[in-house]
Amino acid sequence: MMKSLIQKVRSRVSEIPTHAWLLGLLVATLIERLVGDAVAGSLGLGIIPRLFGVRYILTKPLLIPSVMAYLLVIYLVPISIVAWFSAPLIKKLPSRLSTPIFLLLLYGALHIWGGLDEYRLLVLQFILISILLTASLNLTNGYMGEFSCASGGFMAVGAYVTSVLTVWGFVNDDVFGPPALPPAIGPFMFPIALIIGGIVTALTALLVAIPSFRTRGDYLAIISLAYTFIIKSFLENLEVVGGPRGFMHMPKWANLPVVFLWTLAGLWVMHNYVSSLLGKGAPGVRDDELAAEVMTVDTRRVKVITFMLSAFWTGVAGGLFAHVMGYINPATFGIMKTAEIMAMLYMGGLNSITGSIVGAVLLKFLMEALRPLQVAKWIFIPVIIIFFMIRRPWGLVSFREFGILRKEVKRAPASD
Amino acid sequence: MTLTAFLQYFANALQWGSFYALIAIGYSMVYGVLMLYNFAHGDIFMSGAYIGLFVCTGLLAISAGGLVSMPPWLILILTIIGSMIGTSLVGMFVERVAYRPLRNAPRASAAVTGLMVGLLLETTNLWVLGAERRHYPPLIKVMSYKIGGVSITNTKIMVIGVALLVMLIMHLIVHKTKIGLAMRACAYDFPVVPLMGVSIDFIAPATFVLGSSAAAIAGVLFSISYPVLEPYMGMLIGWKAFIAAILGGRGSIKGALLAGYLLGFIEIFVAAIFPSTLRDLIAYSIALLILTFRPLGFFGEPYSAHMRL
Repeated sequence: MMKSLIQKVRSRVSEIPTHAWLLGLLVATLIERLVGDAVAGSLGLGIIPRLFGVRYILTKPLLIPSVMAYLLVIYLVPISIVAWFSAPLIKKLPSRLSTPIFLLLLYGALHIWGGLDEYRLLVLQFILISILLTASLNLTNGYMGEFSCASGGFMAVGAYVTSVLTVWGFVNDDVFGPPALPPAIGPFMFPIALIIGGIVTALTALLVAIPSFRTRGDYLAIISLAYTFIIKSFLENLEVVGGPRGFMHMPKWANLPVVFLWTLAGLWVMHNYVSSLLGKGAPGVRDDELAAEVMTVDTRRVKVITFMLSAFWTGVAGGLFAHVMGYINPATFGIMKTAEIMAMLYMGGLNSITGSIVGAVLLKFLMEALRPLQVAKWIFIPVIIIFFMIRRPWGLVSFREFGILRKEVKRAPASD
Repeated sequence: MTLTAFLQYFANALQWGSFYALIAIGYSMVYGVLMLYNFAHGDIFMSGAYIGLFVCTGLLAISAGGLVSMPPWLILILTIIGSMIGTSLVGMFVERVAYRPLRNAPRASAAVTGLMVGLLLETTNLWVLGAERRHYPPLIKVMSYKIGGVSITNTKIMVIGVALLVMLIMHLIVHKTKIGLAMRACAYDFPVVPLMGVSIDFIAPATFVLGSSAAAIAGVLFSISYPVLEPYMGMLIGWKAFIAAILGGRGSIKGALLAGYLLGFIEIFVAAIFPSTLRDLIAYSIALLILTFRPLGFFGEPYSAHMRL
């Protein structure tokens, strides 16, 4: 009897739509904001654990039972209850509204979760920007199979161009003088500054894309690597934007809604691109370029467009990054940044937008969770990445996507 | 620029280029034989310097202790040999851990894993030895000779001489020994080599041993010339040597030699003529320019039959 009960529960749980889980998460975050302090205090934790208590594992292991009790009370129980009971209602929602409701619930949960604390907000912003970066790199490295090390350089170009535009336009700065445009329209001009930054980055991507016509794979890696080094050196010598000292005073207009919307836009455009007829040429170029040419894929066009699209969104992510931090310098965008983005990509999964999200979230979360280890953090993170790479060389979620709509599969009853 | 100044820069460039050439050999060989970018090689160079430091201080302590008295030149030779052995072990470790499990994986994954191993080496060094910079104990009395207004130290001569000797030995190993024959076979037609009874599990570590030994020699010589060691020294030199290896051409030792010296010359002379902050920018731009017109490097050939190491 127990077995059939478990069986029933399992089948009910597997039918709960994602939106119900998200609703549960939203309710949980609300509960945390309302009674979180009281619960944490009564469990002996003092303050609400900032990152689901993962840091306590390293810093104060004695509090682990309290942390687990907290997670149970604030997250697991409310999420399960809300998901279970709202599932039938959610299934009745018209499927047209499915995506907007998903996005609203997701954003609501993130906003309320992040609103607790500056730190949480920063973590969320960095995770979203990393998702955008990883997905952009996935276009060239995953779908098109190139080995492009240029992301650091692209990010730098986007960050600097967008920052120069915002500072010149709207900030009273030593180098660029008083604001050239009325500061009131500033936040509305921010998207335009980001787009211009992205376009400039896409144009510089031609420097990487055009040599890729003649050579493949290996030499593209060198050219893109040289590109990153050259951009970094060039910026270090550009005194007008501060050189190695960095550039600052850009207004911090990249708050959570802005970053979320841009990440969403980026993922949407990129997903549409790879699903489109033109974008399907990219895996063709990867698998067998000659065969693709024979099959009427214009490989040159596909290469140029993929590189430019990837660079555009990397540049936009760079611009967002600059306006989250309020300060950038050339050293941030060197080979280590490229290595970080590549690690997120190859760990998360090639040829899959879901994979990029998984990789970015996982690595960023690990980097934050292992922060108490200080220097040793950079021993554990490479070890973890190496472990993942050996076990799954193509990444955790590669070559497939997870849809948010769980369609019911009506099977014909087995006859015979 | 006067003739004396030019010759002075020439001598400096020969020394500086020797380091690039020695490290580039490692990149080039691993790439030619195993079709693999070893991004951890710069950190293997760093390990070579640090292992040499330990061997050196140990030997000096033994020598001063009175048991066995060793003249400084003997200590130097033993340091180099000790560093070669230690760094070869590091190289074999890297191959075993990072590259062997990924032999059938996309090369990009292997490259990223290599990067991570390099990072691991750097951070382990930082964690175990701390952030303070280490100094090499003075081994040879630095004597400066003045030839026609150009001052050359004996360390410079030693570096250049040893580098050329090492490259000659590498060339002999690759072209005159059985192991070298196996390596050239891998470069020629990789999948057939195991069919001929030669295990890749033997060739791969052997290639790494050769490359790491060259990097170890470079590490010891570098530390003698510029006695301050830090955990990130491999990163700065390693990437430039990588570009030199690519400029030289896939899997070519004489290419690595030529490109290493060329890069050394470019850097020294660019720093002499232009403001030194532009040095890296111009050096990389020239490298990029050369690669745009000759993507395979100086002595590189497209991956097909008739590949030469």
